[in-house]
Amino acid sequence: MILRLSDLNVISKSVRLKSTLTTFFDEIGKDIIIKSSSTGIYENLALEDWIHDYVDLQNRNILLLCRNSPAVVIGRHQNPWQECNLPLMRRLGIPLARRRSGGGTVFHDTGNINMTFFTSKKKYDRHRNLTVVTNALKELRPNLDVNSTDRFDILLNGHYKISGTAAKLGRTAAYHHCTLLCSVDRSLLSSVLKSNNSQVIKSNATPSVPSPVKNLMDVDPSLDTDTVMEAIASQYKKEFDFATPVITVDPTHESLMPGVHKMTRDLLTWEWVYGKTPKFSVSTSVVVDRVNITLDMDIKNGKVERFDIGFPDGWLPLEIVNEFTSTMNGSRFCPRETAVLLSAFIRTNSLAADIAEKIHRLCEGVISVM
Amino acid sequence: MAAVGPVRTSLRILRLLPQVVSHRLQRCHKHQGTEPGYVCDFSSPLTSVQWRGFRSSHVASGQVLQFKLSDIGEGIMEVTVKEWYVKEGDRVSQFDSICEVQSDKASVTITSRYDGVIRKLYHDIDAIAHVGSPLVDIETDRELEGAPEEDVVETPAVSHEQPLPEIKGQKTQATPAVRRLAIENNIKLCEIVGTGKDSRILKEDILNFVAKQTGAILPYEVQKTQAPAVITTDIPSKEKKSFMAPPAIPRPIFTGKDRTEPLNGELHSFSVFTFDQEALYIKISSIKKGFQKAMVKTMNAALKIPHFGYCDEVDLMELVQLRLELKGLAESRGIKAQLHAFLHKGAGSHFIIQNMYTKLMASHNIGLAMDTPQGLLVPNVKSVQSLSVFDVAVELNRLQALGSAGQLGAADLTGGTFTLSNIGSIGGTYAKAVILPPEVAIGALGKIQVLPRFTSRDDVEKAYIMNVSWSADHRVIDGATMCRFSNLWRSYLENPAAMVLDLK
Repeated sequence: MILRLSDLNVISKSVRLKSTLTTFFDEIGKDIIIKSSSTGIYENLALEDWIHDYVDLQNRNILLLCRNSPAVVIGRHQNPWQECNLPLMRRLGIPLARRRSGGGTVFHDTGNINMTFFTSKKKYDRHRNLTVVTNALKELRPNLDVNSTDRFDILLNGHYKISGTAAKLGRTAAYHHCTLLCSVDRSLLSSVLKSNNSQVIKSNATPSVPSPVKNLMDVDPSLDTDTVMEAIASQYKKEFDFATPVITVDPTHESLMPGVHKMTRDLLTWEWVYGKTPKFSVSTSVVVDRVNITLDMDIKNGKVERFDIGFPDGWLPLEIVNEFTSTMNGSRFCPRETAVLLSAFIRTNSLAADIAEKIHRLCEGVISVM
Repeated sequence: MAAVGPVRTSLRILRLLPQVVSHRLQRCHKHQGTEPGYVCDFSSPLTSVQWRGFRSSHVASGQVLQFKLSDIGEGIMEVTVKEWYVKEGDRVSQFDSICEVQSDKASVTITSRYDGVIRKLYHDIDAIAHVGSPLVDIETDRELEGAPEEDVVETPAVSHEQPLPEIKGQKTQATPAVRRLAIENNIKLCEIVGTGKDSRILKEDILNFVAKQTGAILPYEVQKTQAPAVITTDIPSKEKKSFMAPPAIPRPIFTGKDRTEPLNGELHSFSVFTFDQEALYIKISSIKKGFQKAMVKTMNAALKIPHFGYCDEVDLMELVQLRLELKGLAESRGIKAQLHAFLHKGAGSHFIIQNMYTKLMASHNIGLAMDTPQGLLVPNVKSVQSLSVFDVAVELNRLQALGSAGQLGAADLTGGTFTLSNIGSIGGTYAKAVILPPEVAIGALGKIQVLPRFTSRDDVEKAYIMNVSWSADHRVIDGATMCRFSNLWRSYLENPAAMVLDLK
């Protein structure tokens, strides 16, 4: 069964496999709450995009709830090298995703709730959505001090950020999504969202504004993700005045949502995750045997557009430098690709041992920024 | 305004198509300055044939319109332009994405209101654009193409005289022929995913959808019965009309098509594989960047080496048994016991490698050819001569883990002096491996087969035979040297106890 109804009342129609999810929605009713059965970040982002692109939202409001296994999500126009600790993420196997909405970088894990409010473009109202969340929390715990700000954050006790917002507006529809920290691993969050290379990178990408965070469970251990998600669902139903039960959807089901598979794959590509970074430049230096070598690079669409090495005369033969520069030009700003290029370079240019060593150390300096 | 005159006189004729009229009139009134030689040309023959959406390919010679940034809502007055999807001279259709702007954590996709050609972009990347100010200039076409802005309810009857239906409120695009095909198959266009430009629905998409819906390839008649009642009545009458056609043979709908795509970093292997019913042929000639560039450079350099091959077979019976005995012990130490560790160590014991400048390398860094998600990578195990078999196994495990995670570093990938390729783990017996410069030899190990062999006592016994194919640089190594090396290596493997004697 692809679709499951988590409430036991109201709908007794058999949910046979309709041609697509949109026709199912038409049958079910106007406003709907959906829960995703997957914790895959790319799958859930693709589900969001699919609903935005293919469901008629002119007279309908949809709320999507989901949780993801550990991942870092950057905004549409951000620079991942500036925003998060990529080497640490690679070591820990934490994936990086770029969403289509704007805003800043967030860390997701299963202790974080993601909510997406889909409306028509005319009914796009972020404050109303955030009020649903704060009212839901206050219904659960009337003494909880939660408030939304005019920057569309939700603050706990007036100081700690427990929710961040981002939005995407299309031609006729819009969505507003936000996070909610219930029981996230805070030490992992802070180490992963801190880049070691922010000083050497110069860019116009949207910067994230770091804030002190707290989990809802830190102030009240009974506020786990399931409890809070239920509260938000019921508050949403109250706000938009409907009673249809929450529907669970499997975002990998292609025949139910034709095209969702391709959308998931598009979100996984290097061209989207890294290649969509706005143009930026890197200026760093590396010390090789007490000689200071400067490295300057311009990176556009995630690929090296200009690669300049500054070194004292005679430190390296000029042909080798030119050959190496032309190898780097046009390559992806990616450590594994650079490692492969370096090994091919060393194989195909018969280099004396000391020169090979210098090129090696240069590359290490470059890779340390990637 | 000089332009208004001809508009008014043509009004009567244009009343046939109300949307067109309001569109044009609106534009004319908004147009601020008339260009020299501007003509509001409505004199083209206004027969119904022309206006049914026939596409004519001719250069846009209509008026240039300013497309302004419309209100985004929430009282936002200005946005930052983040990305352009078009450039000057590009042709756009209505609803194509023009640019991406950002305001206060909201990312907005601006789509075109007109069909035409982009003539001017008003802002650079990261510039501020104000609501109500112009974003782009679009030169519209003379004839209207595609869907008008207003939503049109789907009309049930299909006749050649009426304009083809739209979909309720969706921004799907499709040519008239595709729309007709959708109606004939009782498909709502909003349910189809377009694979054309900007999600435009193509004929193949309809056919694919139909094939998927009916589960398989079904005759046309069967499809009919599953359709909703509204449109079915048309189809039998259509069939009756085509009495000249051959008898209705169920024709399988084959939607596969060849497709060439330039190699990008995401495709995992260089083989041809079927994907969604299509054969994907990979055009090797468009290799430009990164990994593929490295591969091409390396192999071009390898071409210069005069290779010779030498093959042999090794009986691994003893080694297989030894590995089984040691398996438990290895697992208790946290690694997977691999046969390859022995083969790897065996190769390191006595081989002196020379590179292009006949340099004697002190350290035997034996490389392992690895099939990773990126393709072929060759990391090496450093100083095999001073490692025990267990140490080699640990290193191999580490390199394999890094390889499959795509995290092999420069240190692991450089400095190799000799390479072993365990192609047999995937399959095959004999191979002709290509030497990776600046090394002078490479070995390819086939798969282990269980074969009958004669013993010294003329009995037939079970043997675990593995074929090994060596390639060497004939400028530096001769056949006899290779043969002696291979024999020595083989003797270690066929009698592991002897390897223990020479282990350093």
